[in-house]
Amino acid sequence: MKVMAQMSMVMNLDKCIGCHTCSVTCKQAWTNRSGTEYVWFNNVETRPGLGYPRTYQDQGRWQGGWVRTKRGKLKPRAGGRLKKLATIFANPKMPSIQDYYEPWTYDYDMLLSSPQGAHTPVARPKSLLTGKDMNIEWSANWDDDLAGSTATMQDDPVLKHMSEHVAEELEQTFMFYLPRICEHCLNPSCVASCPSGAMYKRAEDGIVLVDQEACRGWRMCVTGCPYKKVYFNHKTGKAEKCTLCYPRIEVGLPTVCSETCVGRLRYLGLVLYDADRVTEAAAVEDEHDLLAAQRAVFLDPDDPEVVAAARREGIPEDWIEAAQASPIWKLINDYEVALPLHPEYRTLPMVWYIPPLSPVVDVVASSGNDGEDPRTLFAAISQLRIPLEYLAGLFTAGDTRPVERVLRRLAAMRSYMRDVNLGNTPDEEAAGAVGMTGQEVQEMYRLLAIAKYQDRYVIPTAHAEQARDLEEIACSLDYEGGPGMGGAGPLGESSGPPVPVAVENFHALSSRQTADSPNGPSTPGRVNLLNWDGNGRPAGLFPPSDRKNAP
Amino acid sequence: MKLTSVATEDALVRLGRHLRRGEVSEDLRRLYLEGGRGGDSFYRDRWSHDKVVRSTHGVNCTGSCSWKVYVKDGIITWETQQTDYPSVGPDSPEYEPRGCPRGAAFSWYTYSPTRVRYPYVRGVLLDAYRAARRQGHDPVEAWAELTADPETAAAYKRARGKGGLVRATWEEAAEIVAAAHVHTISRYGPDRIAGFSPIPAMSMVSHGVGARFVQMLGGTMLSFYDWYADLPVASPQVFGDQTDVPESADWWNAAYLIMWGSNIPVTRTPDAHFMTEARYRGQKVVAVSPDYADNTKFADEWLAPHPGTDGALALAMGHVILREYLVEQRTPRFEQYLKQYSDSPFLVRLEPAPTGAPGAYVPGKFLTAADLSDDVLPGTSAEANPHFKPVLLDSRGRPVVPNGTLGHRYGETDEGRWNLDLGDVDPALSTADLPGAGTALVALPRFDVVPGVSTSSTNGDSSTSGDPHTGGKGVVVRGVPTRRIGGHLVTTVFDLMLAQYGVSRPGLPGVWPQGYDDPAPGTPAWQEEITGVPAAAAARIGREFAQNAVDSDGRSMIIMGAGTNHWFHSDTIYRAFLALTTMTGCQGVNGGGWAHYVGQEKCRPVTGWAQYAGGLDWVRPPRQMIGTAFWYLATDQWRYDGLPADTLASPLAPGAFAGRTTADTLVESAQRGWMPSYPTFDRNPLDLADEARTAGKKPAEHVVDELKAGRLRFAVEDPDDPANFPRVLTVWRANILGSSGKGNEYFLKHLLGTDSAVSAQESTPDRRPRSMTWREDAPRGKLDLLVTMDFRMTSTTLFSDVVLPAATWYEKHDLSSTDMHPFVHAFNPAIDPPWQTRTDFAAFHAIARKISAMAVDHLGVRHDVVASPLAHDTPDEMAVPHGTLADSGVPFRERHLVPGINMPKLAEVERDYPAFAARMAALGPLTDGVGMVTKGVMFSPDAEVRRLGEVNGLVPDGPAAGRPRLDRDTQVCEAILALSGTTNGRLAVQGFEHLERRTGRPLADLARGEAGKRITFADVQARPTPVITSPEWSGSEHGGRRYSAFVVNVERLKPWHTLTGRQHFYLDHDWLVELGEQLPVYRPPLDLHLLFPDSPALSGSRQPVVEPVESPEAEVVVRYLTPHSKWSIHSEYQDNLFMLSLSRGGPNIWMSPADAARIGVVDNEWVEAVNRNGVVVARAVVSHRMPEGTVYMHHATDRTVDVPIAEASGLRGGIHNSLTRILLKPSHLAGGYAQLSYAFNYLGPTGNQRDEVTVVRRRSQEVRYS
Repeated sequence: MKVMAQMSMVMNLDKCIGCHTCSVTCKQAWTNRSGTEYVWFNNVETRPGLGYPRTYQDQGRWQGGWVRTKRGKLKPRAGGRLKKLATIFANPKMPSIQDYYEPWTYDYDMLLSSPQGAHTPVARPKSLLTGKDMNIEWSANWDDDLAGSTATMQDDPVLKHMSEHVAEELEQTFMFYLPRICEHCLNPSCVASCPSGAMYKRAEDGIVLVDQEACRGWRMCVTGCPYKKVYFNHKTGKAEKCTLCYPRIEVGLPTVCSETCVGRLRYLGLVLYDADRVTEAAAVEDEHDLLAAQRAVFLDPDDPEVVAAARREGIPEDWIEAAQASPIWKLINDYEVALPLHPEYRTLPMVWYIPPLSPVVDVVASSGNDGEDPRTLFAAISQLRIPLEYLAGLFTAGDTRPVERVLRRLAAMRSYMRDVNLGNTPDEEAAGAVGMTGQEVQEMYRLLAIAKYQDRYVIPTAHAEQARDLEEIACSLDYEGGPGMGGAGPLGESSGPPVPVAVENFHALSSRQTADSPNGPSTPGRVNLLNWDGNGRPAGLFPPSDRKNAP
Repeated sequence: MKLTSVATEDALVRLGRHLRRGEVSEDLRRLYLEGGRGGDSFYRDRWSHDKVVRSTHGVNCTGSCSWKVYVKDGIITWETQQTDYPSVGPDSPEYEPRGCPRGAAFSWYTYSPTRVRYPYVRGVLLDAYRAARRQGHDPVEAWAELTADPETAAAYKRARGKGGLVRATWEEAAEIVAAAHVHTISRYGPDRIAGFSPIPAMSMVSHGVGARFVQMLGGTMLSFYDWYADLPVASPQVFGDQTDVPESADWWNAAYLIMWGSNIPVTRTPDAHFMTEARYRGQKVVAVSPDYADNTKFADEWLAPHPGTDGALALAMGHVILREYLVEQRTPRFEQYLKQYSDSPFLVRLEPAPTGAPGAYVPGKFLTAADLSDDVLPGTSAEANPHFKPVLLDSRGRPVVPNGTLGHRYGETDEGRWNLDLGDVDPALSTADLPGAGTALVALPRFDVVPGVSTSSTNGDSSTSGDPHTGGKGVVVRGVPTRRIGGHLVTTVFDLMLAQYGVSRPGLPGVWPQGYDDPAPGTPAWQEEITGVPAAAAARIGREFAQNAVDSDGRSMIIMGAGTNHWFHSDTIYRAFLALTTMTGCQGVNGGGWAHYVGQEKCRPVTGWAQYAGGLDWVRPPRQMIGTAFWYLATDQWRYDGLPADTLASPLAPGAFAGRTTADTLVESAQRGWMPSYPTFDRNPLDLADEARTAGKKPAEHVVDELKAGRLRFAVEDPDDPANFPRVLTVWRANILGSSGKGNEYFLKHLLGTDSAVSAQESTPDRRPRSMTWREDAPRGKLDLLVTMDFRMTSTTLFSDVVLPAATWYEKHDLSSTDMHPFVHAFNPAIDPPWQTRTDFAAFHAIARKISAMAVDHLGVRHDVVASPLAHDTPDEMAVPHGTLADSGVPFRERHLVPGINMPKLAEVERDYPAFAARMAALGPLTDGVGMVTKGVMFSPDAEVRRLGEVNGLVPDGPAAGRPRLDRDTQVCEAILALSGTTNGRLAVQGFEHLERRTGRPLADLARGEAGKRITFADVQARPTPVITSPEWSGSEHGGRRYSAFVVNVERLKPWHTLTGRQHFYLDHDWLVELGEQLPVYRPPLDLHLLFPDSPALSGSRQPVVEPVESPEAEVVVRYLTPHSKWSIHSEYQDNLFMLSLSRGGPNIWMSPADAARIGVVDNEWVEAVNRNGVVVARAVVSHRMPEGTVYMHHATDRTVDVPIAEASGLRGGIHNSLTRILLKPSHLAGGYAQLSYAFNYLGPTGNQRDEVTVVRRRSQEVRYS
């Protein structure tokens, strides 16, 4: 047993209102700059729908994730490292910008600067890639709330895999939202795909990162990630991705997307797992067994043997305590209401989801069930609008049983708590029927419904005093071009070790600041905040005061 | 993969293991690195920032979310939500975090290219002004000169909205604005100046400073709540209250929740979680929405009525509840509640039906103490205000005037009796509860039949052939139990309710539904024909709602909003909703009752804000106008309307509206002083004061004499007389031309005098208002000056003459509150206003100083005759006994005119214009000298004013010498907080003690524990601060409980501010009787084609579409709805690049696949929607979540972003309101009587827009922009 700690997230889709606040705060904080205009580390998709980038779940097309060979081993679907080396200069299998969307802006300043004319001034869309007028035909969230469903919905890869036909009819309508960030997988196919060794999984908390200095821009990670959560910065030529806001996590703050989630549906906490069993779990033969296999990799943080093993691995005491208080552990393993997204990709993703309930399907067209019996105040799971098969296509590789089990637990909680709410004696049978005790139902209820800040986010701070030892201080000379030069790696210059902060910073940031976007707003010298990286005062942010023009 | 190649790869990785410090897993699949703190310093560096500042967004969503604004290197970088709200308690979710994607994208505006950085003036105007100045004119003369020249004036007005804004200095721009004000006051009168800025709560100082500026000048502040159609007129009608609703954390307490026309994930984004979480507590959730709206996702059940038919569904649910819970059995909780807290037991006189229903009666007026003699009602002759003391019967059949009626609210004799304590009186709910009841037939109107066919019969329901959605007239005849009291045939309101809802009882005459499946008015089957909602579902949801109220002691709640409140007849829809929450005893209960969320706000420190904003510390009364009527007249929409008022009338109407248009009812309402009317007369009110002085008369006497002599007329009678034009309009914190302006194209045509897409014809002579002067040539360009302060470019700035650059919400100090949460918190500047931007506070003071300087020569000290309406919460509301108009139909001049009784009150006030600026910047003497009144509660803030003098300092000299200073925004924040009960415990206690004397009930204990609490600006800067329970509102936060409306009424027996002092099912004002709306009744959406022949006709039944139509001429006529958008707050944020990137990047029209197929449109193609009012160009969004026959264009789609030239007009495609037009409903204009009396934003005609229809067609896909 090799105990490792993983910072993980659970999102309760049953509470998601699809507001996209997470997307906006994330983008504002991280990717509102040149080269990443189209990048949303966090996005929210309406399901059914095509997602972002379009049809990313169609691995037949995009070749992400792992496949199990006949011999029971895993290999990247897009091919192993050798194939990648062989094709390293070829166009990798990855979505084009049009599959994400062509980012644009508008010539807003025309609203103020238009001379007297025949018509009311207007701001026209301009491509942020070409600077030319453009016709907007796709966006970061084009099919929001089933927009354009007649044109796109049937291309939803999840829907396509369903045996049941879902009609585009008002009476049959269903939808829900799927917020997505990087999965920070236990078995990340992006890391395995990187020919430069620039992608890595942090040992202490499992956050998957791209070393910005080491990245050579091969983009194999974009192909390798089945969730398409590694992006290519077309300005720096490097891959970028969700960092799980490690500068915040390290000091005990939740990620931006979590703290700003007004649906209050995100949970952050540690999971202890057995690193020795990851490969085996990811390679189980039957896709339907992946959920159980991944759960089995997780270690009970209250088990004395696990605690002892964790201590042996040097996991700090406060981290062990945080793992014991982890809402993630409770939701995944105690209450078993959280499920992984597309376990069949075999990456062992670590952002899990509680599937959503939905309205009954028959009220709009007919009478609905009999309301005389108060027990039928809440409908049976089988009557709900969202097909179980659709949810199973997302969370359980098509096996509807685990999804149904979760929904039944949520429904049982509602029924049980209604009695408590109304001052009646709660029905222990309702809890027992879903394999829980009333006490467990009430505890789950507190975590899901009351959901206080300190219960949603249990984040131990990083032990910087140890980590620093391992980084710059110890090895500060050992970088490319430095006195302790380790030489170029096998994949070309600077595929070697990471470069210390001070050097990387200066060059990367100053170049980002000084290069103006070719496709900014139409007035020369003006900076659109979307394209500003938050550093310094780039020329054009404040136009020079033009005293000659001032009256 | 070959074995060898695997081996090669592995070798590569093993090599890497030696080169890197990381650790590669044994299977070589994963690379672990310790730390990572070095390699990704980019992100760590990016996250760093210099400071975090608390502020919020002054946007009209009433969210009032507290935010962290990050600043780095002196630049605002981004924002995230604050999470430090005080706790709701251990067993509830918290308010953290509050915010939404719109708010999260706000900082984009700070440095965006749409930011207004400098003052701008329309070039054509600026040239003319400078030319006049060069000729030696002073600013006021120059303004007079250029506006008097018809060609010059027309030239700059025609240029409006067509570019050509040029930069000016603040000095010059402010000079022009000041000169226009001074000239207009002098030449036309101060009431020709208007100001528009909505929702004080979203930034009280920014709103207040401009409102203070306008009103201290004598100008007119325009209402917005009614104008936005967000005011639920049913609230004043039923509760005698503007709107009072639970905070969102109280949704958590509901055990049954219906979301009815309110899409809270979109419109209440920060609050929606209380609903999603309450489901886990066993709350059942029902969504009622015609489309699969975002909130439907969370519902257990979805009911999808046809748009605008919600009233029928609510009535049918009420039918089930009345039958099963109040007739088949008397549910004790419901019965007791109705007896004590509703008008149900009160007696209504039955009058012989006028026409059409021989032998039947119609419900008339409440029986009052004035109707009875001493031998019937002992002691009645000694009662004060007997006309306002309605009567009920006790359980022994004796007539009783219970405590707490309107008549008890005023006068010394009834002090201590204005309460809901029934003592030992047990009211009889029904006259049938008493022995010896008689019976009578009552005729009741119905409006759900084929239009144009007026049917009636005495022995049954009229036929319902044809499409029942369209609104004709008919009569149903049903029976009620009766008694004779003092010669009057009476029954109870409860008995009338049962008749209205079609709930039969044994032994009553009339024709009744035979069961739920009998499609007679009121039943579930009846509503199914109208709404499309299955009858069984309607019955079941109604039953569940009531049963839950029984099981949970009243914790059944209806969240309702714009989807049901923006219709012409929304007052009837809402009355049907409110009947449900009242008849189940849910109102005034935590977790129960109505929860209206659209445009509602709660300026919690309302008393202090009102003092400041109204300038009430210096001059009273202010001029405050009903916005809808102002725009209706100013934009000449009245010339196209001509809606015959009697088309709206009941078939049983006495005929007060015969031969009149709805515009005529507006004229009468103004003349009677029911509604305010500014400009008031066709003469400068300053001149009226001078004339009176010259004539040696009191101003009121002079005005009455002039009116009677016919020498003076109300401006409303002749709005196209140049003397009656509004001349100067200042807009701030608002976008009237890109958002709320119903009839947008009429604004452009008549108010502004520029190009417009109006194609409607003016009314033909037979449809013109008979009480108004018709001028053959409609004026164009009534307004001389449009000034807008904004930080971004909108339609309003595009069409303005002067655009002043405003500070954003991250650049100023201010206060924020809402009714969604119980806190007050602060705006704070993250940076100082950049470029030449200024706060609204600084801008208005700069203009004020210029006005005062110019006033020395041009205005001096004048006197002003202010006409004001009969006001709610004052004895004015006893002006019209029984709401009966004895002189109805008598020409105005022939009436016996008495100001304050049957015409407006008239007051003379002094306007010291040279002292204006100095007074604006100081707290005047009336606040402590005369006191402050909110909703009839008196406050005497003497200690507070002294303290403000110490905190803010005193003005050393000048016209405001010795008064507390208000020359900085932070000082105003302190004043507002100090002068309100919600933020000053001493005043809360004082106000409650005042109420205790009136009610004779203990109340002050609700605030006494916090008597010493003084919330200061520093407190709210530090953290959102909970407010104190205060008589300014009807709920209680006492002991940390959640705020719910009317809790004090229910628990402390404080009366509602209505005629009976209870919640009203029944209204007996003459105009409500005329409309047939005494009781909740179903009124369908207007049939606009029937009412206006130039409006397209909706097709009734629809043929299925087999093949998409390819014809370029293909059109479809659809209902046109404008719900709130997910990607904007009104027009704010809809131009924001983040929001545009997350949606479709420009204006859209959502439509069903079937309608799209009818016109051959596929998703994202350009379409045009055209009707008589204008045209919009947008891209189609085709989705199966949309119902057939209805399209959505989201509310406040402005014309600034990606709007091409329209084929239909050759002009820039319009805004969502280019297809709408104002329609007045007379019931909103009724006044002078009890709860139907005027207060600002409390009562007035709504700017409803939901009944509109439009043609949609596919247009050429080759769009051009110029």
